[in-house]
Amino acid sequence: MIEEKESEILQALYKDLSKPKLEAFISEVHAVKSASNLALKELKSWMKPEKVKTNMSTYPSSAEILPEPLGVVLVISAWNYPFLLSLDPVVGAIAAGNAVVLKPSEISPATSSTIARLLAEYLDNSTIRVIEGAVPETTALLEQKWDKIFFTGGGRVGRIVMSAAARHLTPVTLELGGKNPVVVDSNVDVEVAARRIVAGKWAANCGQICIGADYIITTKKFAPKLIDVLRNKIEEFFGKDPTESSDQSRIVNSFHFRRLANLLDEVSDKIVVGGQRDESRLKIAPTILLDVPENAQIMQEEIFGPLLPIITVENLEECFGIIEAKPKPLSAYLFTNDQRLKKKFVQNVSAGGIAINDTILQVAQPNLPFGGVGESGMGCYHGKFSFDAFTHRKPVLYRIFARDSSVRYPPYTPKKEKIMRALLSGNLLRIILTLLGWSRD
Amino acid sequence: MASSLPMKKTWTRHVVSALELDGLKTAINVSVKEEKAAFDSKAANSLVKQLRANFAAGKTRSYDWRMGQLRGILKILDNHESEIVAALRSDLSKPVHEAFINEIINLQKSCKLAIKKLKEWMTPEKVPISLALKGSAEIVPEPLGVVLIISTWNFPLLLSLDPVVGAVAAGNSVVLKPSELAPVTSSLLAKLVSQYLDRSCVRVVEGAVPETTALLEQKWDKIFYTGSGRIGRTVMAAAAKHLTPVVLELGGKCPVVVDPDADIKVTARRIAIGKWGCNNGQACIAPDYIITTKDFAPKLVDTFREVLQQIFGRSPLNSKDLSRIVNSNHFDRLTKLMDEDKVSGKIVHGGERDKTKLKIAPTIFLDVPHDSLIMNEEIFGPLLPIITVDKVEDSFDLINSSGRKPLAAYLFTSNEELKKQFVASVSSGGQLVNDTVLHVAVQELPFGGVGESGMGSYHGKFSFDAFSHKKPVLSKY
Repeated sequence: MIEEKESEILQALYKDLSKPKLEAFISEVHAVKSASNLALKELKSWMKPEKVKTNMSTYPSSAEILPEPLGVVLVISAWNYPFLLSLDPVVGAIAAGNAVVLKPSEISPATSSTIARLLAEYLDNSTIRVIEGAVPETTALLEQKWDKIFFTGGGRVGRIVMSAAARHLTPVTLELGGKNPVVVDSNVDVEVAARRIVAGKWAANCGQICIGADYIITTKKFAPKLIDVLRNKIEEFFGKDPTESSDQSRIVNSFHFRRLANLLDEVSDKIVVGGQRDESRLKIAPTILLDVPENAQIMQEEIFGPLLPIITVENLEECFGIIEAKPKPLSAYLFTNDQRLKKKFVQNVSAGGIAINDTILQVAQPNLPFGGVGESGMGCYHGKFSFDAFTHRKPVLYRIFARDSSVRYPPYTPKKEKIMRALLSGNLLRIILTLLGWSRD
Repeated sequence: MASSLPMKKTWTRHVVSALELDGLKTAINVSVKEEKAAFDSKAANSLVKQLRANFAAGKTRSYDWRMGQLRGILKILDNHESEIVAALRSDLSKPVHEAFINEIINLQKSCKLAIKKLKEWMTPEKVPISLALKGSAEIVPEPLGVVLIISTWNFPLLLSLDPVVGAVAAGNSVVLKPSELAPVTSSLLAKLVSQYLDRSCVRVVEGAVPETTALLEQKWDKIFYTGSGRIGRTVMAAAAKHLTPVVLELGGKCPVVVDPDADIKVTARRIAIGKWGCNNGQACIAPDYIITTKDFAPKLVDTFREVLQQIFGRSPLNSKDLSRIVNSNHFDRLTKLMDEDKVSGKIVHGGERDKTKLKIAPTIFLDVPHDSLIMNEEIFGPLLPIITVDKVEDSFDLINSSGRKPLAAYLFTSNEELKKQFVASVSSGGQLVNDTVLHVAVQELPFGGVGESGMGSYHGKFSFDAFSHKKPVLSKY
């Protein structure tokens, strides 16, 4: 499907988000292709039961853990990576042997209808369906009993999904978001760090990405240098007027444009780079702000756009207090060459995932689970974790009829008690000694 | 500290402890009532705040702290075995042997495994990444934070402390809410936990619905609940408000399929022990009902009669090896199931009951209608319906037709094909071939439900994982 219809998919992404072709290709089309190829390659091994060693207390016995599909699952996708976030979970659901209903986001309508059309054409309609629509359709779907619900989106709707799931005891994976901090130490190669920050923020759907850098923390001393280099990189990537650049996505719709404009207006005096906007084309330039107050709205909600506040501190160690005061984010980033700081960061910062000396790349590694913790979500996927997310790992213990010891059964005598204690201690010598005083029947 | 089990405990000592505890019971209940009035939403909120502050200060993170808590639980079991056994006898008339094997030993094993493996479990797992990346990656297990464990009444010691083993091993701060339906064990737990574990990070809150409600209003980093599907829904809905992940260990109607080719004596014994030797059927994984062929059923019933007589004697209501029904609510619920018109005539063995002693004898029914009450709710008691089919293969569709996946499913057969079919077509939390109940003693197997029987799992390393966040860390050079 992807190979044959790539250009249609890319066109839809461009229509919904003005997503640059190359960005769309790498981050969405190619990513889904990789996930599918991995699943195709590994499926046999994922489907195989896992043999498990048993111990003396159930001797003689053998055991295994068998993966089985959950049944009929609901995947609710989001608008920012509408192709990836629809099909990536579906790859997992299908690999695990489930029937699937996919509800793509209505906020990316071109991709939603393209997916509906293509899936009906290429996949098995009797077990895989796409339902398009908005709140009424989603509500109708959430009233049903599913064997699993996989939701990507915001925390507010995440709560609604989980409450709906609770009525039917449906397990959920919630891929949500948060304010992902980027801590920048002064001992780094600032050119490389800045490039990576810029790419991970503004070349990624114009900052509308759940794992994008949300705000930076750096020292008062280092901030001016960092800002200069960031400014240069932004110009290098997007030109003097980034709102004209075709290498930048647009803001998805006017609701979000106005939301971001409001965040900006409250702290407009703190802008040090960018700030240009064009409502008619839904474009906002990469914008950096310096030292916005902690209680400004831009520091209270997930930005999900091209605005990047920089918070400065005297000593970089203060970053921990700032990060811990906020809900656990989906990702946390640190740029440093200080091994001690790196260790402290990994030890003390709780986030869905952490990357050191880069941003967003951790999600491209299929061996790493991708998911949130606390407010940023529950459950995870990617690689085998996708298969597992839609699987029940069923333990099976096999016993035989022979060697059924009467010790197990009442009436219980002190002698039997002695033997049972010995057997359960797992101590072979003790078992032998005890059994020598008792003949098996 | 002795790592092997004390060999000198006698039966009389247990009985004496029970009498002593009986005397204490009134005093304990009075003080519990006084505490109950004080624990409201405000108190719950302040408790969580306190624990959160202690967690944030890093108290629970170190290997030493975690080992200290695990050793503390072992000390509770070593030093207070007879009090525990007496409490279980008081709350459930649990036979000493059952209290010992099903609760104390299982908990001890769980704790010892955690102690042995903790270092390994805490070690980050290195993960291969693409060479082009010039970096390294690992998955680091970290505690979730402050967790709530809500326990239940049928295995009140095990189902309270076993999840606590996982929670402290994973480095969390814990609040344990034991069941008020096993009040003596609940108070004993409150006393011993505060004595042997770190009060600043591990607490017991006793109480009933008001206290549980107050706790559920708070924001937890994980809620671990053992109990019924009805309350499970309430717990998950409360958790949803705070995006709190949950493990729900619920129940269901665990079917036992008996193939005529099975060894009938061993089959009957193993079903009997899993049903009536496990809190008299009041266990989430107890065999709930049997499915076998029309021809084989009478032989099976006869063998059950023999086996039950061997195990419990001629008058099971007087056997000290039979647990009682936990309280009169459940007693009435069970007699209602037994007395329903379409079912009462189907009793083929047992049926005796004694309301004053809250005892119901092992009771077997043959061919109750599918729409009877007893076939539409989890029995959780000593009643065992046998449903018959023409061929044993028909039983799988029957099991799946309820639309509710049970916590466990059992099959007795020597037929390899049938085993394969069973495992492939019946979905349940766990499965066991040619025995009942035992699979939960294998620490390497995850213990949990699917669908109506629950979500998430624990035991062994799965307990550690249940209370951990596995955090991926990608480092570039």
